[in-house]
Amino acid sequence: MSTVRTEQQQQEPLDLIRFQLDEFVLVKLRGAREMKGRLQGYDSHCNMVLSEAQEFIYSEGDEEPTVKKTEMVFVRGDSVILISPIAE
Amino acid sequence: MLFFSFFKTLVDQEVTVELKNDIEIKGTLKSVDQYLNLKLDNISCVNESKYPHLQSVKNLFIRGSTVRYVHMSPNSVDCTLLQDASRREAMVQSAK
Repeated sequence: MSTVRTEQQQQEPLDLIRFQLDEFVLVKLRGAREMKGRLQGYDSHCNMVLSEAQEFIYSEGDEEPTVKKTEMVFVRGDSVILISPIAE
Repeated sequence: MLFFSFFKTLVDQEVTVELKNDIEIKGTLKSVDQYLNLKLDNISCVNESKYPHLQSVKNLFIRGSTVRYVHMSPNSVDCTLLQDASRREAMVQSAK
């Protein structure tokens, strides 16, 4: 592989996440959980740190999810299913 | 290695670790390694009535793979530094 980086560098999936730094994202997690928060950091394992976060826990039978607020949280990447930008 | 360094900056701070089996443990972060295994001192269980088996435990080792979340104080995190470090890590990863 060439070491010369051109303008038309192949984009990687994680580049989408890089553009979301300091923006709000929706993270879908294992165990019927979701986390919305401002993305402060991530790595290639999808470990991440979210601020101003809200966790939504969906349980069978309940219409409304349980919501937990947290100011600053580290999420381990092996629980992550998907990460999506939240349209403002 | 980004989050290894990140957790090293949180050593001696109070954190709450939520495990994948729903147990929440609050304690002082004493050390961390490359697998993000954690050592906590002065621990207490947040949901103790539900999980009373840790009542007499004062410090423990948590295998990194069992962690779901680590909650921390926002004051102990430099957000700009963390964002820049993430971008730098992404550059290094894509150059590989």
